[in-house]
Amino acid sequence: MDIQLTINDIALKVPEGTTILEAARTVNIDIPTLCYLKLNEMHYNNNIASCRVCVVEIEGRRNLASSCSTPVSSGMVVRTDSLRAIQARRAMVELLLSDHPKSCLTCAKNQDCDLQSLASELGVRHISYEGDESEFEIDTSSSSIVRDPNKCIRCRRCETMCNEVQTVGVYSAVGRGFETVVKTAFDLPLSKTACTFCGQCIAVCPTGALTELDQVDKVWKALNDPNQFVVVQTAPAVRVALGEGFGLDPGTIVTGKMVAALRRLGFDRVFDTDFAADLTIMEEATELVHRIQHGGRLPLLTSCCPAWVKFFEHQFPDLLDIPSTCKSPHEMLGVLIKSYYARTLGIDPKTITVVSVMPCVAKKYEAARPELSQGAETADVDIVITTRELARMIREASIHFDHLKDQEFDHPLGESTGASVIFGTTGGVLEAALRTAYEVLTGETLEKVEFEVLRGMNGLKEAVVPIAGRDYRAAVVHGLGNARTILEKIQAGESDYDVIEIMACPGGCIGGGGQPYHHGNLEILSSRAEGLYREDRSKPLRKSHENPAIIGLYKDYLGEPYGELAHKLLHTSYVARKKI
Amino acid sequence: MCEAGTPNQFAQKLDNFIDGLTHKKENLIAVLHHAQEIYGYLPDNVQWHIAQKLDIPSATVYGVVSFYSFFTMIPRGEHVVNVCTGTACFVRGAEKLKEELESQLKIKAGETTPDNLFTLETLRCVGACGLAPVMIVDGKVHGRMQKPQDINEVLAKYRSEG
Repeated sequence: MDIQLTINDIALKVPEGTTILEAARTVNIDIPTLCYLKLNEMHYNNNIASCRVCVVEIEGRRNLASSCSTPVSSGMVVRTDSLRAIQARRAMVELLLSDHPKSCLTCAKNQDCDLQSLASELGVRHISYEGDESEFEIDTSSSSIVRDPNKCIRCRRCETMCNEVQTVGVYSAVGRGFETVVKTAFDLPLSKTACTFCGQCIAVCPTGALTELDQVDKVWKALNDPNQFVVVQTAPAVRVALGEGFGLDPGTIVTGKMVAALRRLGFDRVFDTDFAADLTIMEEATELVHRIQHGGRLPLLTSCCPAWVKFFEHQFPDLLDIPSTCKSPHEMLGVLIKSYYARTLGIDPKTITVVSVMPCVAKKYEAARPELSQGAETADVDIVITTRELARMIREASIHFDHLKDQEFDHPLGESTGASVIFGTTGGVLEAALRTAYEVLTGETLEKVEFEVLRGMNGLKEAVVPIAGRDYRAAVVHGLGNARTILEKIQAGESDYDVIEIMACPGGCIGGGGQPYHHGNLEILSSRAEGLYREDRSKPLRKSHENPAIIGLYKDYLGEPYGELAHKLLHTSYVARKKI
Repeated sequence: MCEAGTPNQFAQKLDNFIDGLTHKKENLIAVLHHAQEIYGYLPDNVQWHIAQKLDIPSATVYGVVSFYSFFTMIPRGEHVVNVCTGTACFVRGAEKLKEELESQLKIKAGETTPDNLFTLETLRCVGACGLAPVMIVDGKVHGRMQKPQDINEVLAKYRSEG
């Protein structure tokens, strides 16, 4: 049933149950919000109405109402622009600012902060309130996420993300009254919790309370060290998001400009993680066939995503034998740079610094995992920076990004196929694997390489693909809550899948915790995914096993896929962790 | 405040209580009440154990424990002395009563005496306004606590009980 009401003298009709905030948006009235955040595609809804920024005046009501949580009612007369509402909103922001550090100029979220924009939009020119200021310790315990509770405005967006979408449950509002703040269990440092470092909390935090561990200076130092040979690699999802850092539309493919910028920054070689994505397909597809032929445990779960890996280590330690043992692509490339490529150049791997540019903050943690190194001193990857950090470096170096001429990746570890570039979006790894599995197992050419059913934002996508007389049952999930559902089915013996692709972040890496902030607009994620599919279509080769550099690598160095040397360099092991 | 027994018996008792519940997650607060009765307080490992048994994040358990002033994460003394700071008691000298207790026990509100005998806390109205100001020791209300001598006598009684 539709409800009639007026907002700022505009008469409108909206379905019953609509909030005043949503109703106002249908007539182009944007009531300012701060704690409120609704991301339909992720089934994320934070409407705890704690910040009171969205208050409006309703005729006949004594108090102002928070529009994000008040449903419309018949004949309601709402004013969003009355003096009382405007003053109340400003007062709310002033109160929040009275207990907020005034260090905006040096904050990692400077000019990307919702609180800052709101203060500006509401015309806050001074803070009328003076009072106590919180003094919490900054948590720098992890290699991925920095928590500064002093900048927390108790909106609890992170908590909703972590508890409801990711089902990890690291955060909770703790204490009461002025002392309330979002913390971990028993105030443990993040590194001691079951945090997967997916960084989705960072992606929704409106302030600088949650940010990535900044590694930019470490990269600058390596680049300026004459004794270091500095190699960079870029993940698939970076090339369709980096442009946003320079005002380009989301999904704009900036691969060539990115390569040019990286050379200008001084990297000795610019390689592509896509190469290693092709390599991952070779290893993972062979591993799947091996399991099927030798009665191994199914389904095989993909292992490209370090947050997902840490999730199953904590939450499903009894299933450690089903994920693929493949290292993630950038780790594979890291180890190859320090073995195969170092040998080609004839240089000591210890003098090589590998820098990965990733859409992800969990990759920072992953690079520090002890399993992913060749001896204590030689990590496969030395430094990981996010898409956001790379954009910052390019700006710091005064490079005019959109005027750069396109350049190509270096050979041979920069060659890739269309199959690898779609790794950056949900469904891409499985689609790439099916392209190769089909051709390798049947010996026939796959005419239609697109697997449309595996694309898009649905939480669970399934396909049954007949290959060489056997039906392969495949599934794709993204978001750790969806991963939990499917893993519980596996635990209960109710799953008959052969292979499942799992990514921690909703949307896959295009929505990673290290990407330019989406500020609640998830159309940005779809545009990035579309960018990756465009890049795939534009490639002459679209199947991983056709990559000539991959064929060459096996011939010259690795031997057989899933063989002895491949095992030593490209595969890893997992650790059972506590469910904290 | 807490029951007697070995740590294993405590854990067994708590587990029996939880296992007997039809709805587990929904009964977090009842479980916490029960656990605090057994242990006298709610240390991290007990909260963690409850989180595992109820299958809820330990951060959520910690959040709830930290919210309610009834729950405590630090061990309390044998006797818990509470000063009512509700309106009626406040008007009739709750602050002075609190200060007198602090001076006699040589601790601040929220602390426990070194001999572990008394913990001093404050709470809001207990509904005994006619007797204001009141202090509550182990749940028993003592009214009209205005003279230091009377306060001393009450404490002495509990001291002699050990």
